[in-house]
Amino acid sequence: MDQFFFYMFSAVILVMALLCVTAKNAVHSAIFLIGTLLGVAGLYLHLGAEFLAGVQVILYVGGIMVLFLFVIMLVNIDQTLKEAIFSGQWKLGLIGVALLGVELVWFVAKGTGLPEKPETHAAAPAAAQLGNVQQVGDVLFQSYLLPFEIASILLLVAMVGAVVMAKKRI
Amino acid sequence: MIPVSWYLILSAVLFVLGVAGFLIKRNVITVFMSIELMLNAVNLSFVAFGYMLGDYNAHIFVFFVMVVAAAEAAVGLAIIMLMYHNRKSLNVDDIELLKF
Amino acid sequence: MPSTAQILDWLTIAKPYIIMGLVVAVWPLVSGYIVLMERKVMADMQVRLGPMRVGPHGLLQPIADALKLLIKEDIIPARVDKWVFWFAPVIPVLTALTAFAVLPFSQRYFVAELNVGVIFILAMTSIGVLGIMLGGWASNSSYPLLGALRSTAQLVSYEVAMGFAVVAAVMVAGSLDMVNIVKHQQASGVWFIFYQPIGFFIYLVAAMAETNRAPFDMPEAESELVAGFMTEYSGFRWALYFLAEYSNIFVVCSIATTLFFGGWLRPFPNVAWLNFLDWAPAVMLVGVGAGCLYLAGKQLSAANKIGMGVLGAAIIAVGLAFGVPMVIDYVSGPFWFLFKVAVMIYMFMWARFTFPRYRYDQLMQLGWKWMIPLGMANLLVTGVLILVKMQYWSAK
Repeated sequence: MDQFFFYMFSAVILVMALLCVTAKNAVHSAIFLIGTLLGVAGLYLHLGAEFLAGVQVILYVGGIMVLFLFVIMLVNIDQTLKEAIFSGQWKLGLIGVALLGVELVWFVAKGTGLPEKPETHAAAPAAAQLGNVQQVGDVLFQSYLLPFEIASILLLVAMVGAVVMAKKRI
Repeated sequence: MIPVSWYLILSAVLFVLGVAGFLIKRNVITVFMSIELMLNAVNLSFVAFGYMLGDYNAHIFVFFVMVVAAAEAAVGLAIIMLMYHNRKSLNVDDIELLKF
Repeated sequence: MPSTAQILDWLTIAKPYIIMGLVVAVWPLVSGYIVLMERKVMADMQVRLGPMRVGPHGLLQPIADALKLLIKEDIIPARVDKWVFWFAPVIPVLTALTAFAVLPFSQRYFVAELNVGVIFILAMTSIGVLGIMLGGWASNSSYPLLGALRSTAQLVSYEVAMGFAVVAAVMVAGSLDMVNIVKHQQASGVWFIFYQPIGFFIYLVAAMAETNRAPFDMPEAESELVAGFMTEYSGFRWALYFLAEYSNIFVVCSIATTLFFGGWLRPFPNVAWLNFLDWAPAVMLVGVGAGCLYLAGKQLSAANKIGMGVLGAAIIAVGLAFGVPMVIDYVSGPFWFLFKVAVMIYMFMWARFTFPRYRYDQLMQLGWKWMIPLGMANLLVTGVLILVKMQYWSAK
């Protein structure tokens, strides 16, 4: 069962990501990207990160991707549809990608492998009692309170910046 | 039980796809989407490591990456809108003012 | 011959699947009857009769409507983005029905108990936006695109307000698990609406906006945008959008019931001398059945007389069955849950036929300048009060 879900979600993620990169139409790209994001959310569930899976869907699919689609619909994409999909530097880009791929393959081949079994099982009972959300909340509001506040200020700055840039007359 | 290294390989492939999209796509919006792909690849490996080590700190990292991604999307898309208004184009090859 | 214990075991395992199957099979019909209820409520408020032709008192109208929609020609306009156009109406239906999975119809009847139940539902509703957006875009026409853009802006804005209201209630409950939230209300003996009146108000307004209901039915404002994002849709696909809309209404009303009105609990669950309320389901059903029998006498045609009479008799029989003490335990939960949800849905209709439609900029102002700050203030006050209460209790 475990393996089945892993294979299914990985297949979804990889196929969707590939289609996202190769699709001609920006809206189709966005749809495929949404598929990828949902697949990643599924894997999060699989990895015991229920809270993150929920946040991934709410924030990425319900927030960021809707914003993307919104912008795509506001700009006129008919004209971009007539142009080639790939930019002028695509040959150079592919060389870079190939280099990165070779590097990663080298790392995978060279790696000594990770412990097969996760070591969670010592800590798991305590975690299971509290539930994922409580755990994340405890860590977030105790160890990472200052970063949390800074993140909120970052969001505020981003909001103000977006409004300043997008609105013609304030 | 799935070995964690499989997740890492998956995340690496996803990252490479994101880099490929970032480097070769012409439409600036899809270039931007490729960045999201890369962020997701990194998030996935974070969560996989967190699972392996039984550590919730990884979740916090992913959470912050998502927050930054949201901020980035808001500002980045505003920039794209401005770009479209000023140059009437979404082509990355047309944005060359800083090129020499 | 398997023993009784074995059969019970199988039933426990099969229960989620049975409930899933029931919901998927029965829900389209139920949503049809919610449409009928809406038309009847509208007719009542406008002092007329509403649909009366099909069946006694128009009771078969939903079936006639569904048949009509199913056999209609499925028009796909030229130059639409074909597969997005095909797929878009499916998304909201899928997500709304997925959200049903975590609704606790009673202590016993739910598909799944997630420790992130509320987040799950919010996530599902946020995916539903995509259906509207992609449908409007794929139609390749101006009105649908405008409707989709408006709708998305509206849904995304009000999702924030809704989130604040939900989080405030979740803070009071101290759990994201839908079942646990109700259990907390049972333990504290108070519905959370009395702790969170402002939160409920914000939730109600935001939920009306989230489900595209009047007075916020901007996306499909008939008088301005033809039919908004659904303009190019017809037949079955159009019916899917409607199914999604009513499913969403049911889901948001269920969340409101669970978070603020004590879910499956009967009113005053902890007050012993009000235990006679356990009989309320039976009394109500028998009353409705008697009403049906009374109306049966007034029907003009023989077929309608028989139909109404059989319906009345059936309702009375079910009501009497609900009166059996052994059965009460099993049925009172779902009964109260569905009853509360029905009252909430009635409130939605009431609002629809009472308030005029908001203008688009007024809607945005209401959302961003009033609802979200109010939600934040409510959250802050709730947090401070909970903190004070915790300090007080730990000091004691």
